[in-house]
Amino acid sequence: MSTATRRLAAAGRPRSQVLSRLASGVFWSRVVIWLILLSGAVAMLLPLLWMVSSSLKLEQRVFEFPPQLIPNPVRFQNYVEALTYKPFHIYIRNTLFLVVMNEIAILLSASFCAYGFARVRFPGRDLWFGVVLATMMVPGVVLMVPSFVIFSRLKWIDTFYPLTVPVFFGGGAFNIFLLRQFFRTIPEDLADAARIDGCSEYGIYGRIMMPLAKPALTTVAIFTFIGTWNDFMGPLLYLNSPDKFTVSRGLAMFRSVLYTRWDLLMAASTAMTLPIILVFFAAQRYFVQGVVLTGLKG
Amino acid sequence: MSVALRWLQKPAGRRTIIGYSFIAPFILGFILWFAIPAGTAVWLLFQDWNMIRPPTFVGLGNLQRMIHDKLFWQSLKVTTNYTVIAVPLGLVLGFLLALLMNTKVRGITIFRTIYYLPSIVPAVANAVLWAWILNSEFGLLNVLLRSIGLPKIRWLQEPRWALPALILMSLWGLGGGMVIYLAGLQGIPQVFYEAAEIDGAGRWAKLRHVTIPLMSPIIFFNLVMGVIGTFQIFTAGYLITDGGPQNATLFYVLYLYRNAFLYLSMGYAAALAWTLFIIIMALTLLIFKGIGSQVYYEEAG
Repeated sequence: MSTATRRLAAAGRPRSQVLSRLASGVFWSRVVIWLILLSGAVAMLLPLLWMVSSSLKLEQRVFEFPPQLIPNPVRFQNYVEALTYKPFHIYIRNTLFLVVMNEIAILLSASFCAYGFARVRFPGRDLWFGVVLATMMVPGVVLMVPSFVIFSRLKWIDTFYPLTVPVFFGGGAFNIFLLRQFFRTIPEDLADAARIDGCSEYGIYGRIMMPLAKPALTTVAIFTFIGTWNDFMGPLLYLNSPDKFTVSRGLAMFRSVLYTRWDLLMAASTAMTLPIILVFFAAQRYFVQGVVLTGLKG
Repeated sequence: MSVALRWLQKPAGRRTIIGYSFIAPFILGFILWFAIPAGTAVWLLFQDWNMIRPPTFVGLGNLQRMIHDKLFWQSLKVTTNYTVIAVPLGLVLGFLLALLMNTKVRGITIFRTIYYLPSIVPAVANAVLWAWILNSEFGLLNVLLRSIGLPKIRWLQEPRWALPALILMSLWGLGGGMVIYLAGLQGIPQVFYEAAEIDGAGRWAKLRHVTIPLMSPIIFFNLVMGVIGTFQIFTAGYLITDGGPQNATLFYVLYLYRNAFLYLSMGYAAALAWTLFIIIMALTLLIFKGIGSQVYYEEAG
């Protein structure tokens, strides 16, 4: 097609499109679809708005009918009260400690194993990779009881060890799987060139693959952060004394103590959700990539 | 001996050592945190043990106890009902939404973000929030019912409403599956639709013969993972309803948790865990046998 005809075609498009749309009903079906999506979006947002709105209300205003969506007066003091009623700064510190340990463990250990599975050819590799996939399929709660027995034998109950030490051993089958898939997409030529220059496999892993895998590592790091921040079962089983609680454990206890203070409970819930939402907005494209890596290649 | 040594000096031998050194953390972790616990779980299955007194061997006693345990059957029923309704519902709605969103409507990125957000809300915050939404007097849901003139429902106090309430709560998180479908839909090459159009396919035929077959591996994956995940639901039952009212939300893992960490029946809890494992494996196998053959896989690339 020449430039002239292309321009002509482009110029003729809008009017004919509008006409044919109206005639064929495509336009109206678009409007209906848009309205369905919009009402769905309202339904999705409403609980979140309700949470934030309740978190900013006076205690008695929470129980008003009809409820105000925008609180009057806006009471930010709820957040101060909620987060100081129980020592949330300790819970946050503990959670961040677990996050840092898990990040280090997973990013180092999972990528190391993943490189072996992705790029080194040796007998038994596929068998062991089958084991990785198999452990991924086994429901986590099945080993909950015996793991607890073993950790209590090790005198690890009410310490952070059960929530950190095992992660250093491979960093989770799922992360190995995800990083292996990514490593396999990196061209082999780079590694070959390094090999000719006398670089060892460890050097290729550390100096070539790791820098190139930054997008995948970022995805894993984000999911690790979210997983650790949100984890409830682990802290529930292994942490007993309040000074070792994580945010999730603290919020759960908060709920059992302040049963009817919905203003403060919503403030604490909002505070716990906010970091996750911030991370989501800061790293949205890695989320999409994570979804593609996990969901589509499964 | 010398043969082995010589082999290790050859490239193949060196590669083997290097390879195993890379995956050594996983192998070690697998032994320590998987194989040993699994072995312990087999041992526990035959014991009566409260972690304080020495364990006693009871043979198949734990399994016999399960057969006569009404709460075991109740928890199995509750969890099955929840899974059978929540998983297909979330799957179909999520897929339909993804289809609608894939029609090049305006503001797709905003919609996608809004639908996805609820699925990343931390489980505990989510549970506390829904305890408030489902509150019988002042909760959002009853406020909405009241504002359109309907009577309020005591969601968390009436046995027949508690499970539907938690299913509704689970639907709030369907955006997690939806974005996976959407990514899949956007990956379908346009030529397939063009070819179908040339063959005279309408909208419905294109959905039936192009979209659904090409999406079937993703739908299938989500179905399997959905069933595995939903059978392990715990937090909502633990924090919102505590299994009640009248055990209407006594989920399997909640009952397992109580046996292990409240009643300290470690042997019985292990029996429950093994049973759960077998149920989930059987279900997965059933799904694979039942509809796995319907899944369309492209030639491996």
